[in-house]
Amino acid sequence: MSAFLQYLITGIARGFLFALLATGFVVIHRVTKVVNFAQGAFAVLGGFIAYSLLRAGVPHGVSEAIAVLAAAAIGLVFGAITILGNMTPVGSLITTIGLAILSEAIAMIAWGTTPLTFSGIGGPDIQVAGVFLQTQYLLLIGVSLVVLVVLWLALDRTYVGKGMTSCASNPYAARLAGINVKRMGLLSFAIGGALGGLGGVLIMPLFPLTYDGDVSLSILGFAAAIVGGLTSPGLALVGGLVFGIAEQFVAGYWSPANESAVALGILLLLLLWQARRHRSEEIA
Amino acid sequence: MRYGAAVALDGVGISVERGEMVALVGANGAGKTTLLNALSGMLVPSAGRISCSGRIAHVPEGRELFSDLNVDDNLRIGAWKATSRDPSPVYELFPQLQPLAKRRAGGLSGGEQQMVAIGRALMAKPDLLAIDELSQGLAPNIVQEISRHLVKLNLETGLAVLLVEQNARLALDLCTRAYVLETGRIVEEGPSSRLREDPAVQRAYLGGHLVS
Ligand SMILES: Nc1ncnc2c1ncn2[C@@H]1O[C@H](COP(=O)(O)OP(=O)(O)OP(=O)(O)O)[C@@H](O)[C@H]1O
Ligand SMILES: [Mg+2]
Repeated sequence: MSAFLQYLITGIARGFLFALLATGFVVIHRVTKVVNFAQGAFAVLGGFIAYSLLRAGVPHGVSEAIAVLAAAAIGLVFGAITILGNMTPVGSLITTIGLAILSEAIAMIAWGTTPLTFSGIGGPDIQVAGVFLQTQYLLLIGVSLVVLVVLWLALDRTYVGKGMTSCASNPYAARLAGINVKRMGLLSFAIGGALGGLGGVLIMPLFPLTYDGDVSLSILGFAAAIVGGLTSPGLALVGGLVFGIAEQFVAGYWSPANESAVALGILLLLLLWQARRHRSEEIA
Repeated sequence: MRYGAAVALDGVGISVERGEMVALVGANGAGKTTLLNALSGMLVPSAGRISCSGRIAHVPEGRELFSDLNVDDNLRIGAWKATSRDPSPVYELFPQLQPLAKRRAGGLSGGEQQMVAIGRALMAKPDLLAIDELSQGLAPNIVQEISRHLVKLNLETGLAVLLVEQNARLALDLCTRAYVLETGRIVEEGPSSRLREDPAVQRAYLGGHLVS
């Protein structure tokens, strides 16, 4: 029973990480139609920057905040490279993959190849139904939940959020209305960067990150985003939780080696289901 | 104005005064859409410059709605640069849009979409409304209905209207003055009544001898 609870809670925490990444995919896609495969790199770079700041003696809180801002800035730069050249969607996709590879190289040169971690905010472990929990789990879940809900409301309910959505819906008409479509795209990349960075700094005390950890993070974040058709932040959260919990149960009850295989299997089914839905929508 | 090596517009100048309704007619590929895109700043000229005074709102060819957003949001985004985002003036002008306010714009009929497109442009509070292909794909009675609203708006508020039309007869009937554009050049200009009688215009745009 306590093993079950342990897996469940760890899975939920991982789920929020995936949801943060998934929401990054959603925000960027909703504004620019780009699928940004450098999303996981924001988490790795953000986490590593926080790690270095903490080692340099910068206090908790400040380090994480700077790392998130730095990740937002990296997002902005990646966005500029990806969208300012008026590339085709395929061109942009390839560019983001290239940027992910570049980030891995930079991370490896700057931080090496060993997995890195740092201690989270201290605080005593708390006991829930016979399971000891680090406070960091609660921090990860609480902060992510607040950020995701606020962002979701901002995108779906506010005027600026609708203006951002209109950019992908019809960039020509958005320009006619006077919206600066490129600037909105850059903003979405900065938000995507911040979300990734936030995921990185929150998860690193619980799960060490390696320089090349961005690939699996991007795939799982993308998988979660696909649940909401790359447009719904709410469903992306659901998707994140499904993948997080599935991952921990597979790893716990079966074998960690099967984690990615199962995740990719679920992703494949989701993609098939999405394709079917698209087709029937087109006919309807 | 060029696309690659092709010159799409060459030294075109048109004027629409406050309170006027002016037509711009011309065959397919004459450069009408290019001219509107240039006027609304969507295209940058290859040489020379584009000057216009007053604020222009452009109802683009093919409507170009935000099809995933609802009617209300389409209208409100039209007011991105304006001070008021209240869409009620548009619902007053096109009452049939009111019950559709929360419907997805992409799911509306062609006529309803054209009303949303015009409404969205009006939300910018322009001095000049430039409409590309008002009648495109619409039944004559819907075109009549929308035109009636436009004329009313023009008379009541003095809004200047530039109407780009394939249907030259409709355009000449609605507007007091017209320009004829051919391969990027203005070849005719004058009051609609005179152009309607012009044999060259009749041959090219009004179906020749069928016009009595
Ligand atoms: N994006 C483009 N690239 C290259 N050539 C273009 C482009 N858009 C238009 N043209 C060319 O410029 C010329 C003018 O086109 P434009 O769309 O302005 O004509 P139009 O008068 O609006 O025609 P229609 O009545 O068919 O809408 C045409 O020869 C067209 O082929
Ligand atoms: Mg045209």
